[in-house]
Amino acid sequence: MRHSTRIAVGPVQFRIGSDWRAPIAALEKLYAAYPGEDARPADATVRLFAARPWRRWLRPSVHIGGDFVVPDALPLPLSMGLLAAEMGMNLQVALGWRRHMLLHASAVAKDGCAVILSGESGSGKSTLAALLGEGDWRLMGDEFTLIDPATGDALAFPRAVSLKNEAIGEIAARVDAGRLGPLLAGTPKGDIRHLIPRADAVAAMHEPVRPALLLFPRFGGETAIEPMGEGEAFVRLTEASTNYIALGEPGFAALTRLVRETPAFGISYPDSAAGMALVEQLFAEARR
Amino acid sequence: MSAMRLLVDLLAGRRGAATLAPREWDGVMSVARAEAMLATLAHRLDGADLPPSVTTLFADQRAAAAVARTQSLWEAEMARRALASERIEFVLLKGAAYAAAGLSCAEGRQIGDLDILVLGHDIGRAENELLEAGWEWVKPDPYDDAYYREHMHELPPLIHKARDRMIDVHHTILPRTHRVTPDPLVLMAEAVQTSSGFRVLSPPAMVCHCAAHVLADGDLQGGLRNLWDFHLLVTEFTGRDTGFQAQLFKQAALHGLVDVVKRALRLSHRLYDTPLMLDQRTVPSDDLFIRRLLARDDWGRPTQFALHQAFYIRSHWLRMPPLMLSRHLWTKWRKR
Repeated sequence: MRHSTRIAVGPVQFRIGSDWRAPIAALEKLYAAYPGEDARPADATVRLFAARPWRRWLRPSVHIGGDFVVPDALPLPLSMGLLAAEMGMNLQVALGWRRHMLLHASAVAKDGCAVILSGESGSGKSTLAALLGEGDWRLMGDEFTLIDPATGDALAFPRAVSLKNEAIGEIAARVDAGRLGPLLAGTPKGDIRHLIPRADAVAAMHEPVRPALLLFPRFGGETAIEPMGEGEAFVRLTEASTNYIALGEPGFAALTRLVRETPAFGISYPDSAAGMALVEQLFAEARR
Repeated sequence: MSAMRLLVDLLAGRRGAATLAPREWDGVMSVARAEAMLATLAHRLDGADLPPSVTTLFADQRAAAAVARTQSLWEAEMARRALASERIEFVLLKGAAYAAAGLSCAEGRQIGDLDILVLGHDIGRAENELLEAGWEWVKPDPYDDAYYREHMHELPPLIHKARDRMIDVHHTILPRTHRVTPDPLVLMAEAVQTSSGFRVLSPPAMVCHCAAHVLADGDLQGGLRNLWDFHLLVTEFTGRDTGFQAQLFKQAALHGLVDVVKRALRLSHRLYDTPLMLDQRTVPSDDLFIRRLLARDDWGRPTQFALHQAFYIRSHWLRMPPLMLSRHLWTKWRKR
């Protein structure tokens, strides 16, 4: 393709090709500090392309393709090329990755122990993880958490954090402007701005961590903690996993082990400060 | 060299994996994925000298293929149980058959739908039994449904509501309206029992079906993979039985598939070095088939749009007589 770049996030080496320079330039800026392993063959290929040659210039719209595609996915305007690239990368991992069990969850780690936060978009899992990652936690990722079926360990996938709507202001007030990507206003998912994880989170991205706590956050309402049984946590995580069925028996074993060995809670919180305090409290209790 | 050529050379063993540059792997991996052959390649290059990340990715692919194989055989078992009470005899076709028979082409092969063959007069009962066991119709359009029932070689596809897996129930191996009409009675009568308990086509019939599937049915989409099946089947059966070649042509003659089998042999000889059992090494139109089979760029994108279209038209031309084709296209066009 005309323009291309390579990015390694966690265990996945991406090759991203594009008909336009802009999305590639934006990616290179966001991922400038990530380790570039140029000689390493790509595990996954993403393509950002114009459906017809003239659509490169005339009302340019970016189609998302690659090794795996979603039929009938709607294209995005070129101004949202970065979002298209991010969606393309997520798609390849969600549909193609088989080495680990993928949980659609954010995660943070401290002292070799991980807190995994699983929830629908809007539950606040990304924001909580991003905020904790600015404190004394290591951000592992805001989209996918990988579980190694052989060891039961959690592995990081620290792509640039996708901040949405109100979370943008909340984070922007705390971090250096140089760590934020461009504002993508009015996307199908609302306003989006990317946060580059801290250098220590990127440097530690290959280090496995023991899962210590499973949380199912819900933003809004009174502060509440609800202990969750193994069965419910299991079912919720099968729904949060993109490759649970494809993994077959090893996936079942990995997930069973995860919910048996890791205490799980549903939490509700009215604001981020309360959410962070809940995570700290439950983490301290879980490690006791 | 294009990634497609590299893929074919790696499969055929003409090129050593250690000689590939890192950037060449990018393309090979993408086109292998696009052709649903990454796990096949992973098996072919098991133990070869590979970059570390490729070694790990290939191990993932082999493990995933093993799971998929178990799942597809389970699906075959589900069909067996559904059809057992009515004592409907059936034969496994394609991927599930290769897996059930333990053939070398099953290693790493992606298996999509479950394909089975039943006798024509059993098709109504087979459908009823499957519906009772939880499979459901997926073609809501009455024209499509009627088209399948009147003209195709299989029932409209059914999906199991709990397991979300598709089954194609065939009563022969090419559409009824096709220029070539194989004899399903012979296929069923000569079917053989595997050690896993399932029945599959006899070796010559299996190779004939594979060739028909690549070249007579459809527009060569997935052709590289299907031709790789063909190559491994022919190689394996020839190695087991020196009389296989004669049996193959005898069987092909029964079904009107001699030209199809010959072309498959020539193409797979050119791509994968299959031992050629023919005097004629190549005919000019083979070049078009080769070009169509290799029409993908290093990013995995299809190329040669006109050639794709030409093969698409050819598939329909073979599939039904001209008058019927024009009626079919007219109906389809009005439904857009």
